[in-house]
Amino acid sequence: MAVCACASCVAATRRSTSERRVTRRPTYKFRLYVADDTMNSAQATANLQALCKTHLPNRHEIEIVDVFKDPQRAILEGIRMTPTLLRLAPLPIRRIVGTLVDTQRVMETLGLVTSVP
Amino acid sequence: MKLDHLSSPAPRKAPSGIIGFDEITGGGLPRGRTTLLLGGPGSGKTVFALQYLINGVRLYGEPGIFVAFEETSQRILANAESFDWKFGTLEKKKLLFIDAQPSYDLVQTGDFDLCGMLAGLGLQAAQIKARRIVFDALDIVLALLPDLSARRREIYRLHEWLVNRRMTCIVTLKARADEPSSVTQQPYGFMQFMVDCSVILNHSVIAGVSQRNLRVQKYRGSSFDENESPFVIGDAGFDVAIARTLGREDAKVTKERVTSGIKRLDTMLGGGYYRAACVLITGFPGTAKTTLSGAFAEAACRRGERTLFVSFDSDGTEVIRNLASVGIRLNRYLKSGVLRMVSARTIVGSPEMSLVRIKAIAAEHKARCLVIDPVSALANSGSQLAAHGVGQRLIDWSKADRITLVCTSLLNEIAGQSESDSTLHISTLADTWIHLSYVVQAGERNRGMSIIKSRGTAHSNQVRELILSNSGVTLADIFTAGGEVLMGTMRWQKESAERVEDEVAEVAGKLELVTLDAQQAELEVRLKAVQTELLAKQLEKTLLARTTASRKAVILHGSVRMRELRGGDAPKHK
Repeated sequence: MAVCACASCVAATRRSTSERRVTRRPTYKFRLYVADDTMNSAQATANLQALCKTHLPNRHEIEIVDVFKDPQRAILEGIRMTPTLLRLAPLPIRRIVGTLVDTQRVMETLGLVTSVP
Repeated sequence: MKLDHLSSPAPRKAPSGIIGFDEITGGGLPRGRTTLLLGGPGSGKTVFALQYLINGVRLYGEPGIFVAFEETSQRILANAESFDWKFGTLEKKKLLFIDAQPSYDLVQTGDFDLCGMLAGLGLQAAQIKARRIVFDALDIVLALLPDLSARRREIYRLHEWLVNRRMTCIVTLKARADEPSSVTQQPYGFMQFMVDCSVILNHSVIAGVSQRNLRVQKYRGSSFDENESPFVIGDAGFDVAIARTLGREDAKVTKERVTSGIKRLDTMLGGGYYRAACVLITGFPGTAKTTLSGAFAEAACRRGERTLFVSFDSDGTEVIRNLASVGIRLNRYLKSGVLRMVSARTIVGSPEMSLVRIKAIAAEHKARCLVIDPVSALANSGSQLAAHGVGQRLIDWSKADRITLVCTSLLNEIAGQSESDSTLHISTLADTWIHLSYVVQAGERNRGMSIIKSRGTAHSNQVRELILSNSGVTLADIFTAGGEVLMGTMRWQKESAERVEDEVAEVAGKLELVTLDAQQAELEVRLKAVQTELLAKQLEKTLLARTTASRKAVILHGSVRMRELRGGDAPKHK
């Protein structure tokens, strides 16, 4: 388990707590199943982080699970294809498979489309 | 498991345990390699793969994993329940079903890979020590991949994963049903590189009858039967029909004889049929084919041998009633369970299917004797070629299982009196061929029986008349006249004529005896009279001698006395 700790996210989190008042809008929790450092997985990770940074600043959590390091979780979660993104919160759980290259489609699926101007 | 190469550390082939398939491939699937199973929808891919796994657990102690991309494991298990595989108990321990169906509301953007599944599988395979794995309907998940190169990449990934784990794998893919042979043109033709063996299942309808075929298209490093082999999916799952090929072990032969149920026929055959022989009884409708086979069945039951009677013509009860009218009583054996009657009206489908059903029932009944009446019914549906193969396999099977097989075959009436064979071509394979015919003679139709051939036994060349009566079946005495065997009333006439002749001769003989007696008596009387006369003559002779002598004495004495009286002369003797 690895909470996203990139500089931008950390900075965003800090900003949200210190500068802005927390909005009523929910925090998004994601779990991304990746396979080692395969190209698909790397792309998906990058795409997810970019998307969160743009559209969900300060209100997202990303957990990245490597199926090779933790296959038991992949089995329990029924992960067959990697990368697979799970939106754990807000409910219901949503699932997206692939490199998340189609931002519009991903946003629609994640229920973020309203926040897009 | 049969090891062909005891010297090699591990057998090269993983037996599938599927009837016929291991024979075709010379032992099973390539061990530690991948086999591609191609076929159209409903061609039996899933059943084959499932049976391979279940046999692996049940027969060879090799745990397995079934990865289902198309159907859910619950449905597959439910379908598998309909077969005679008892695997509910072992399923949890050694057989793992994994649902890998892409969710119907799956959202997918961009490329993905199968690492997630393989990572999970790797763990699970290690946990149950799986040796066999099936990827059922891999095309479903491959179709989701955006382009050909991605598909190719995932195939490579899968291949590598399998090679590293040395599991014997079956991958099933849907192929177009109409072109089963051109696998390379299939959407996933490039998969050929990774598989060491590919098997094509084909399901077609010929003349309204379903026909399933299996063909091994390639098998790296092994010889295999290259022809299409018909198969059926029966209660026990796959049953692949195999023809006897060169080098296959021959069935053991015996010199033991079994009676035909008709004493005089046994004599004609030099003792009866051979055990485990195939006897063919051909004839036109109504020539007592069923009766002859019924006699055999009754005799077998009387010996206590379990017998199966398959009737394609009529219901079992009808056959029993009809045979009872000629003194063949099968009912008691049916009740005691020695005999099993199967009305083939319950067996429908292709000849292959019928054969499989007959085999299954025979195995269940542990039959030692089998009657199929008529076997020509097998050829009624489906293609002629298939029917011919069925005939061969029927005989191969019965010989291998040491079942004495009596089959009747209906001859086409239009074909005339020629002793032509049915489409099954059983006559060439049959050991004994008895032909029944009508002999039309002097305005009558009578049943004639002759033995056309009987391998390995001296047999009579005589055409005999078959007599059916309520006391039983027998063959009539032979009466010939002018080079023809007399039958029916002509035989009867001849018989009665001979009887009359006998009587006349007997009376004549008696008469002569009486006459001779009279003559003898007369002669004896005459002899007596002559003897009496002789005696009289002898006495007369004696009397005559006496009188002569006394007269002489008297004369002599008289003269002496006269002289004395005269006193003239002195007595001479003084």
